[in-house]
Amino acid sequence: MSELRQIAFYGKGGIGKSTTSQNTLAALAQTGKKILIVGCDPKADSTRLILHAKAQDTILSLAAEAGSVEDLEIEDVMKIGFEDIRCVESGGPEPGVGCAGRGVITSINFLEEQGAYDGVDYVSYDVLGDVVCGGFAMPIRENKAQEIYIVMSGEMMAMYAANNISKGILKYANSGGVRLGGLVCNERQTDKEYELAESLAKKLGTQLIYFVPRDNIVQHAELRRMTVVEYAPDSAQAGHYRNLANKVHANKGNGIIPTPITMDELEDLLMEHGIMKAVDESQVGKTAADLAAIA
Amino acid sequence: MSLAQPESIEDIKARNKALIKEVLEVYPEKTAKRRAKHLNTFEDGKPDCGVKSNIKSIPGVMTIRGCAYAGSKGVVWGPIKDMIHISHGPVGCGQYSWASRRNYYIGTTGIDTFGTMQFTSDFQEKDIVFGGDKKLAKLIDEIQELFPLNKGISVQSECPIGLIGDDIEAVSKAKTKEYNGHTIVPVRCEGFRGVSQSLGHHLANDAIRDWVFDKMEGKPALFEPTPYDVAIIGDYNIGGDAWSSRILLEEMGLRVVAQWSGDGTIAELEATPRAKLNVLHCYRSMNYISRHMEEKYGIPWVEYNFFGPSKIEESLRKIASHFDDKIKEGAERVIAKYSPLMDAVIAKYRPRLEGKKVMLFVGGLRPRHVIGAYEDLGMEIVGTGYEFGHNDDYQRTTHYVKDGTLIYDDVTGFEFEKFVEKIQPDLVGSGIKEKYVFQKMGVPFRQMHSWDYSGPYHGYDGFAIFARDMDMAINSPVWKFAKAPWAA
Repeated sequence: MSELRQIAFYGKGGIGKSTTSQNTLAALAQTGKKILIVGCDPKADSTRLILHAKAQDTILSLAAEAGSVEDLEIEDVMKIGFEDIRCVESGGPEPGVGCAGRGVITSINFLEEQGAYDGVDYVSYDVLGDVVCGGFAMPIRENKAQEIYIVMSGEMMAMYAANNISKGILKYANSGGVRLGGLVCNERQTDKEYELAESLAKKLGTQLIYFVPRDNIVQHAELRRMTVVEYAPDSAQAGHYRNLANKVHANKGNGIIPTPITMDELEDLLMEHGIMKAVDESQVGKTAADLAAIA
Repeated sequence: MSLAQPESIEDIKARNKALIKEVLEVYPEKTAKRRAKHLNTFEDGKPDCGVKSNIKSIPGVMTIRGCAYAGSKGVVWGPIKDMIHISHGPVGCGQYSWASRRNYYIGTTGIDTFGTMQFTSDFQEKDIVFGGDKKLAKLIDEIQELFPLNKGISVQSECPIGLIGDDIEAVSKAKTKEYNGHTIVPVRCEGFRGVSQSLGHHLANDAIRDWVFDKMEGKPALFEPTPYDVAIIGDYNIGGDAWSSRILLEEMGLRVVAQWSGDGTIAELEATPRAKLNVLHCYRSMNYISRHMEEKYGIPWVEYNFFGPSKIEESLRKIASHFDDKIKEGAERVIAKYSPLMDAVIAKYRPRLEGKKVMLFVGGLRPRHVIGAYEDLGMEIVGTGYEFGHNDDYQRTTHYVKDGTLIYDDVTGFEFEKFVEKIQPDLVGSGIKEKYVFQKMGVPFRQMHSWDYSGPYHGYDGFAIFARDMDMAINSPVWKFAKAPWAA
């Protein structure tokens, strides 16, 4: 068994994080790697394309039924999917109650204590939207993920989230050794998307590790609860995910400490690429009616 | 004591100044700068004691303060005997505050009163992750089934409740409806809120306003009113304090319709907005609700002090001044009745205690309120301070302390030890955490929160016990054996 590599996928909600990570990991598994996916999203949808199942029994829901996590065995929560990929979902409370962040901490501690990481080459954490509290930073703390891959697109808010996640990584980089592995751009077909992604990567001190083009075959596969890699292995899109998998694999040890930028710098970046026009300060805070009156 | 003591006021002031300088020198610069604002010497004629108060304690020092949960559950709500007070959260807060405040009550515990019992939702990890609202609802159901004679329930929030945002208000409302209007009061007294237990008192007062008073609106009076109805506010009946106070009010002709909250009931809280006068002992913890009742129901309130005959006499007359001649005569009759007893107590103990020096450090009222009782015994307060007093407490303190008294707000363990070591008082009055530190230094000590498992200290009966206890502490023969053989 080679040395355990731990990676994590972060990114703005709805960016295609789970889809990208599952396809990449499925491709990686096909190269013979033993993989464990740890879903850290209360929605528990980080492993459905691998398992062909909508949601599985999560660590936290089973723990709540049994009494506490101490009452669980690893076999109760771990499911085996495509290419023998092991899957666990942390789960969490329904929206609006309790503390999902604490749930992530509880789950990861449980997995470590139960030896869930024994015998695998890769552990991949799939974490929800933004690093909103300490709990969701758990996978980037000491002795957890070594490299973070941020899934983003050319949209303003996705780039904003990527920058914010970099701030989270920076915070833990010095104490825990976590590094930013790179950006993965999941194409949204916005203007000058590739250039923007490259520029942001550069500003953050990292690389655009891959630009995944948009292809409806991803949706076709998803409707069948499958990865493209499994659904249409000969498709061009499956090839892209295999390329991304190879890049991630080859990227070991190349992570960097990110250099997050300010909101102003981010806006400058958009202006440089002509995505955003310079703000006319005299118009800030004026309604359409106000502006019409002036004109 | 063995150390040479300064004589004149000027000497004392100079000594205090040097002493404050000495303790501050030990701190890092920033800490010293901040602590300097909390230490001073009282100057006659000033409007306050010259210290800042009600400010966050500094990390790294040993503060004597408690938390908001302690203020709400431990002080204000806990003594209401026919309600069940749930310590909502992990087990520790309820367990370690269990029945520790000695607020006596009459009743059959576990049947119609619950004061010395501990109720907790005993949070586990899953309650944090999934929220504790379901468990709270279940706990209320169990309470209703197991203790059907409870007259109400309060939910005392521990820290995690605020962190995970549990909706205890929604659960309380739903259960109140389910149990036909049963009083269920959610209190947002999470321990991390505020700088001390003081905010907990305020939050608890507000909860009474919002969840007890407002519910009573439009309902008929709970009693036939008389012109002499008063409510005792801010007496927690430590060792029976409220009882030895209540009899004096009753003997002078008043009718006590409620005790807040020592030996109190929910019905008494509900009845209070119909009282003619609120008599307020602990200003710090219950001035909020007194002011509210004044504004909303037009009930005047008067502060009083039942420690020691001088202050009792003054207070009885002050309370009587709000009523007619019948009550005024009643007050004089009560004072006259107890005078011989007081004279006898003073005759017995004053010669044994005359001139003894005392340093105090208590919560939010006693650092000033007990001074008169000591002075009735010929004793002198040389230093005092509050754990959680505010500026209005330090203003009120000026009516009690003498020129040159050392004042220390939110004193740190280190400062207090140093002050006592250098001033060498004959008695220190503070809490359990301080007791053994000073006794081991060879300084007589009395706990002034719990009355050292004695009491009551309020009222005329209380003064006799107070005098005996202070004598016992200071003049115990045990101190003769406490001298080290190698010391001179």
